Amino acid sequence: MNRVVVTGLGVISAAGHNAAEFWKSVSAGQSSIGDITTIPTDLLTIAIGAEVKDYEPTDHFSAKELGLLDRFSQFGLVAAREAIAESGISFEGERGERTATIIGSGVGGQATLDGAYWTIYAEKKTRLHPFTIPRLMINAAPSQITMEHGITGPAYSLASACSSATHAIGHAFHMVRSGMMDAAVTGGAEATITVGTMKGWEALRVMATDTCRPFSKDRTGMVLGEGAAIFVLETLENAQARGANIYAEICGLGMSSDAMDITLPDPKGAARAITGALKDGGLNPEDIDYVNAHGTGTAANDVSETKALKLAFGDHAKKLAVSSSKSMFGHALGGAGALELAVTILGIRDGIAAPTANYNEPDPECDLDYVPNEAREMKIGAAISNSFAFGGLNAVVAVKAFEG
Amino acid sequence: MADIEGDIFDIIAEKAAVDRGKIHANAKLEELEVESLDVVEIIFAIEEKFDVDIPFNANDQELEFKTVNDVVKAVEGLIAESAG
Repeated sequence: MNRVVVTGLGVISAAGHNAAEFWKSVSAGQSSIGDITTIPTDLLTIAIGAEVKDYEPTDHFSAKELGLLDRFSQFGLVAAREAIAESGISFEGERGERTATIIGSGVGGQATLDGAYWTIYAEKKTRLHPFTIPRLMINAAPSQITMEHGITGPAYSLASACSSATHAIGHAFHMVRSGMMDAAVTGGAEATITVGTMKGWEALRVMATDTCRPFSKDRTGMVLGEGAAIFVLETLENAQARGANIYAEICGLGMSSDAMDITLPDPKGAARAITGALKDGGLNPEDIDYVNAHGTGTAANDVSETKALKLAFGDHAKKLAVSSSKSMFGHALGGAGALELAVTILGIRDGIAAPTANYNEPDPECDLDYVPNEAREMKIGAAISNSFAFGGLNAVVAVKAFEG
Repeated sequence: MADIEGDIFDIIAEKAAVDRGKIHANAKLEELEVESLDVVEIIFAIEEKFDVDIPFNANDQELEFKTVNDVVKAVEGLIAESAG
C-alpha cells in the first residue's frame, strides 16, 4: 500500500479567497458570519450566513467561461487552481490518466436552479437558457476541473449532504493508497445560499437566529456557509521523486451509516466512523491530539458528537482539543468537510488548534475541551476531521504530521 | 377557542400518526411518540391552517413544547395577537 500525502491545498470561503487569507482569519478565531448580501432577503426570516464576500467572478473567469459556471463550480475551480499550482504537479502524459478527480457537493448548482424556476414560474417565460443543465448538474465542478487541467483519470462527484467532501476525499485517498491511482484532485464545493434553499432550511427550524455557537449552552443552531477547498493527494513516492512540498499525510478513513433517523444523529454511528478512521490509519486513540468537529451548533449534533467522541476515545476524550470551524465560516454543507480538513492540515503544519468562535457558556452535556474563542499553539501529531450528514451518513478522515 | 383545540388535535393525529382518541390537552408529546421531525411538520401545518407564524426553533431549549396544551396555548396567543 502507498503512503498518501497532501502536496497542494486551495481554499475559497467566507474566511478568505485563498488558503493564506483563510488560515490567517481562522487561526485568529475571526468569525466571518454576517448579514446575507448576495440574494434578496425580503422573504427570509433568517438572513445571516457566511458568504464569500467581495467575490468578483470576472476576476477569475472570462465572460464566455462564466456562461457555463454556476457559483459552486466557480468556487471549485478557483480552489483547484490554487491547490494544483501550489503542488507544482503536472498532468502531462500518463500522470493525467493516473489522476482521479473526486469532488463532493451536496446539491450542485442551486443558484442556477433557483433562477431557472423563477424564470418559469414567476416571470412566466417559456424558455430557459441552454446552459441551464450543464451549469446545475452536480458533477459540473469535477468536470470543469478536469477540463481546465487536462486530468483524464476517473472523475465524478459524490453526494452525501454534509459529509460529501469527506466521503470524496476519503475515496480519493483509498484510490491512491491502493495503487489504483498515483494522484488525486479532491475536495468539496458548495454554493447554496439562494432564496429557495434558505426557505427550506428555515422550515426545518434548525437555523441560528444570532450566529453559530457550537457546543455553547446558548447556541441557537446552524448558519449556512459556502465555498470550496481542494487538495492534491499523491503517493509519497511520487511526491518525493519530484521534490514536492508535503503538508501532511492522510492515513485513515472511517465511514458508517446510523440507519436510524433522517435528521437526528446517532452517537453510536458517529463513534463507529471515528474508530474506523483510527483503525484504518493504524492509530491508537491516544495518538490523536486534535479533532475538527462536525460541530454544527444545533442542539442535537453537538450533544451527540460529544457522546460519540467519548464512546470512541474513552478517557482520552478529555485530553483532546476539539473545535468547530463552522463557528467562523458557517456550514458549507457538501464543501464543509474539505474546508475543515484544510483547517486540520494547516493546524498540523503550524502547530495551531483553531478555536471554536462565539463560545459563551459551558453546556453540561457538552463537556470536552472545545478550544473556546482563542486558537491554541500546540503540537498536533495526528488529528481527525469529522463529518456527520443528515440521513445518518458519517465520514471521518485521519491525518498525521508527515515524518519521512 | 374550542375549535382551535380540535383542529390542532386533528393536525397532531394526522402528522404524527397518533390515534385521535389518545390526544388530550395534558398529553405529553413525548408520550404520544411525537418525534422531533413530527413537531416541525405539525407546526408547519398549524401555521398554514391558521395563517400565523410560530417562532419555533428546534435548538431553543427554553421554548420547547412539552404537552399538547403548550401548542394550543401558543397558537391561541398568536391568533389573539394577530387579531388585536
